[in-house]
Amino acid sequence: MIVETIAFYVFAAVAVVSALLVVGNRNPVYSVLFLILTFFNVAGLFVLIGAEFLAMMLVIVYVGAVAVLFLFVVMMLDINFVELRQGFVRYLPIGAVVGVILAAELIFVVGSTALGTATPAAPTPAIAQVTNTEALGNIMYTQYFYLFQVSGLILLVAMMGAIVLTHRERVGVRRQRIADQVDRNRSSVQLTKVKTGDGASGGVK
Amino acid sequence: MMTIGIQHYLTLSAILFTIGIFGIFLNRKNVIIILMSVELMLLSVNVNLVAFSHFLGDLTGQVFAMLVLTVAAAEAAIGLAILVVFFRTRGSIAVEDVNMMKG
Repeated sequence: MIVETIAFYVFAAVAVVSALLVVGNRNPVYSVLFLILTFFNVAGLFVLIGAEFLAMMLVIVYVGAVAVLFLFVVMMLDINFVELRQGFVRYLPIGAVVGVILAAELIFVVGSTALGTATPAAPTPAIAQVTNTEALGNIMYTQYFYLFQVSGLILLVAMMGAIVLTHRERVGVRRQRIADQVDRNRSSVQLTKVKTGDGASGGVK
Repeated sequence: MMTIGIQHYLTLSAILFTIGIFGIFLNRKNVIIILMSVELMLLSVNVNLVAFSHFLGDLTGQVFAMLVLTVAAAEAAIGLAILVVFFRTRGSIAVEDVNMMKG
């Protein structure tokens, strides 16, 4: 029990501090790296409350894909980030005020949370019988099958959108024209018997 | 204080959400940081969903967290693609330069 408590506080503290560093960092590359640290710590919290599959998904999807995408874009674009930070100090007081008020309100609401006794739509099976991954699969492919399909569709549309947006037709590039190659006339092809040691020019001088 | 209840997780998620909003206020010009702040906010929503899922003994929350994860990934991909296209046409990613629908 005590280990769990300590683990929660460690993961939560590191997550909050690195989240603050994400938004307050001078260099966007460091911001992305701290975002990765935040995701890792939240994944740790997920493991702590028995959502192992989601924790691994978080690590794979966010650290493996989204964060790398961010890093790629940050490094690809040639941007003067110092210029973009103008107004940082000016916006700090109002941002802090709004943030503190919002956090205080949210924590007041959350602090008075008492869980009711709603009947679960999909009760969590005992971990001894079914693992978290298996239990999730059991309801995701049956009860929430349409949602699963829709999420696949969303990813497909996002992929197509990203390709359509960023694809650009280059001019002045020599590329293979398969139709022309297939279309070629037999008569335009000449077969020449080359004598050994005569070179490619053969008899044709 | 010693036993971790749902309030702890909800408080953590509230703090993360606030940091996300704070980041949008702070980096009003830099779209990349704004996108990262949005990712932080979506992450805090996921923490909420998973915490409720655990403490209510209902797996539905985890399924929904997975859907949020999917949408967040799609959003990041599309957002960054738009960012790259915008940078190609205007040579900048400052938010105040984004004032035309047509590049």
